[in-house]
Amino acid sequence: MAFRDAEFFRRWLTAAAGSFDAEADRLTELDSAIGDADHGSNMRRGMLAVAAALEKEPPGTPGAVLLLSGRTLVSTVGGASGPLYGTLLRRAGKALGDAERVDDAAVAEALTAGVDAVSQLAGAVAGDKTMLDALRPAVEALPDYAAAREAAARGAEATVALRARKGRASYLGERSVGHMDPGAASSTLLFHALARAAADE
Amino acid sequence: MSDLALVGIVLVSHSGDVAESVAALARGLAGGGELAPVAAAGGTTDGRLGTSPELIAEAARRVDRGAGVAVLADLGSAVLTVQMMLAEGDELPTPTRLVDAPLVEGAVAALVTASAGADLEAVSAAAAEAYTFRKT
Repeated sequence: MAFRDAEFFRRWLTAAAGSFDAEADRLTELDSAIGDADHGSNMRRGMLAVAAALEKEPPGTPGAVLLLSGRTLVSTVGGASGPLYGTLLRRAGKALGDAERVDDAAVAEALTAGVDAVSQLAGAVAGDKTMLDALRPAVEALPDYAAAREAAARGAEATVALRARKGRASYLGERSVGHMDPGAASSTLLFHALARAAADE
Repeated sequence: MSDLALVGIVLVSHSGDVAESVAALARGLAGGGELAPVAAAGGTTDGRLGTSPELIAEAARRVDRGAGVAVLADLGSAVLTVQMMLAEGDELPTPTRLVDAPLVEGAVAALVTASAGADLEAVSAAAAEAYTFRKT
């Protein structure tokens, strides 16, 4: 099993920032169908701030990379995705502790703890048409990063048929059916970037 | 009663204008005498609609007199951000409590109760009770 250092996590989140930058308009389009049309721009701003923070003062451990990234997201996003993604990364970072290198089983365990915390904070589970529909199957497929990417994409695709039970989209009731959840779509970007970072090693 | 520490109140809204206005409304309706400290934490640091943990932490520090802080929030990211700060961080004074209450009615009830010298438990209960005032 491979070991991952701080550089791996920096490459992951910097690549993810690039994806959020490129996909911001698509995410906002999804969010204008059932949300308040700010998800793409909020996440682009937040993830670009993460990439800038990681470049300015590269943290020395995987845990510190995730903690700094989570903190940065929370203070720059402004929407609900700030505390949600911030919780995911910070809780995962705490789980990794001070280790300089972590194995893939530890990564899987840490990200699962992060997703558990998101689920608790949001009061949502898979099936509610939220980011959990992509996050939960993705962490269940870890430590196989390619499988996690596929599971996230399938989970996001499956939200099209679901009726929203949480967040702003839930006000729409039946009218939320037929649109992909923007949070689930953005969660796939995170796992896409993770799979790419792993494939590059 | 002025030597007794009063509970502080923080009002969190997606909108800076809403948070400030609800604070002004609550002060206006709470009547004369010494009022408990109330601070608004609305919008983002760059003036957009949204929620800022920095503004919330700063408002909480400003109203903290040592008797606790009651936070009322509107919806969505405002609620989630406060919940996250309570679960994760050490940026809020101890004790700080997110009160399950309607923002406008709850703010008035909280400020009246806090200004009378009630503790955090009673202030929270008064704000939460605002849910039960039916309008039809």
